[in-house]
Amino acid sequence: MFVFTSEEKNKIEKIVGRYPVKQSALLPLLTLVQRRDGYVSPEAMEAIGKELELSPAYVQSVMSFYTMYHAQPTGKYIILFCHNISCQLNGADELLKYTAKKLGTDVGGTTTDKKFTLHQEECLAACCGGPMMRINDTFYENLTREKVDQILDSLP
Amino acid sequence: MQILFKNIDRKGLANIDIYEKQGGYQSLKKAFAKKPEEIIEIVKASGLRGRGGAGFPAGLKWSFLAKDVFPRYLACNADESEPGTCKDRELLEKNPHLLIEGIVATCYACQIETAYIYFRGEFQHASDLMDKAIEEAHKKGYLGKNIMGSGLDLDLYTHLGAGAYICGEESALLNSLEGRRGEPRLKPPFPAVEGLYGQPTVINNVETLCAVPWIVNEGGEKYAAIGTEKSKGTKLVSVSGHVKKPGNYEIVLGMPVREIIFDLAGGIREDNRLKAFIPGGSSVPMLTADKVDVGYDYESLQEAGSMLGSGALIVMDHTVNVVEVTLRLAYFYMHESCGKCTPCREGTRWMWQILGKIQTGEGVGAQVDKLLDICDNMSFKCFCPLGDAAVGPVASSIKYFRSDYDELIKKLEGDKVAT
Repeated sequence: MFVFTSEEKNKIEKIVGRYPVKQSALLPLLTLVQRRDGYVSPEAMEAIGKELELSPAYVQSVMSFYTMYHAQPTGKYIILFCHNISCQLNGADELLKYTAKKLGTDVGGTTTDKKFTLHQEECLAACCGGPMMRINDTFYENLTREKVDQILDSLP
Repeated sequence: MQILFKNIDRKGLANIDIYEKQGGYQSLKKAFAKKPEEIIEIVKASGLRGRGGAGFPAGLKWSFLAKDVFPRYLACNADESEPGTCKDRELLEKNPHLLIEGIVATCYACQIETAYIYFRGEFQHASDLMDKAIEEAHKKGYLGKNIMGSGLDLDLYTHLGAGAYICGEESALLNSLEGRRGEPRLKPPFPAVEGLYGQPTVINNVETLCAVPWIVNEGGEKYAAIGTEKSKGTKLVSVSGHVKKPGNYEIVLGMPVREIIFDLAGGIREDNRLKAFIPGGSSVPMLTADKVDVGYDYESLQEAGSMLGSGALIVMDHTVNVVEVTLRLAYFYMHESCGKCTPCREGTRWMWQILGKIQTGEGVGAQVDKLLDICDNMSFKCFCPLGDAAVGPVASSIKYFRSDYDELIKKLEGDKVAT
């Protein structure tokens, strides 16, 4: 059963108030749930739809367009590892392989302890600091094997 | 010449008190002393062009707003996603008040009472910082009701996308902001006539709006005196790839690419030889090393066969296999194609598949010609500019580095014979 807390309800009211049309709050609400639960379940889609007077099917159709929303549970930390051109030129491919091996998961997969989900990502606008990765909201730039070790090992 | 990056590394610049001490928000007094249409004329006279990629004159764009139709909206494009580009993020994270000041001045000029900053979803951190800056600006009376007694009411909100390159295209951005799939809209009507919620809408890139306070303060003519005859002012250039000092640099438009790469960015790593560069982000054609003396401005880069785009200069040294880089970019465009129109949806996938075959040795010579054929069938035939953008790297890599393709194909065929 998916429910919004009263605190979240207040937040939703505030978000919806920013727009002349309720539907505009759809992405912000999906983000709210995604950040809380790490993914957006079918029940959550229904609850969001109710808030915004949209059908669950419509919510899903919009949600499926955007890569940052996950329909399945993810790890505690979502690693977006950039492999686009500027990072590629500076050795991102090798480092991504190294990271996957270190975590013991495939690219796109989640570690068995549910701590990390590893994604290969398109450009994240940190091109002057490549190779780089984003873990949850934090950008890590100018990566080396040693830095990857240090960052991943230090996360609780 | 520092207009956008003036004081950028000053500690605490994101704090409103420190920003004010640097002369921040002063342009609003000047703006409010004039009529809104005078501000539009000043920006027109400045020659400021859109810094997001298309390079359309900003003042002219504003003057296209449907007359006497209200409410109007402003959507600031902070969906910075063009591979190689990271200049807006630096502005957003280090100097959020500069953008707010530019937005307030623009909304006064265009008589807008509601504005949104559309951040790409991955910019949560920048968006949080902006929320804080907006709160500060409200407290000081730079946002809200009757700003500084001008009669302007303005609410400004942040809005996060969720990972879709196409949302940087202005009409797709509007759809996303309305809570829809981020697919582009048919134009016309242009957003200035029917944009957000069907109302007249101004859409400008972060860097464009950040140039407005200086122009209002110093005057359009003064800005127009900087740069070349047609490319006015300064531009942020993100220099990445094989350079010693990658980074965002503010240049006066017209500076030779050679100076950007070898003086500002310290030259090629390990003193290797320059092989190729992409001057304006992954969507524009790549150029060969012999073009390095071209001026970095809209017209010169176009004459050289490429474009200034978003201002992302991607540098490649002689160790690069151009086919490998092109394959990665082809994957990117396939991944980011929204699927709305057939030539882009299918064309980007075919290009990626063929490039992949060439790289694994399954491709034969004719495959390169097939790539060119697909490029031809996509150019100017897709619903929005993403299709043409996808063609840029592929077509130019074949045009200038066909020998890389031939060598690779020959080598892999040789390997096959040997095994």
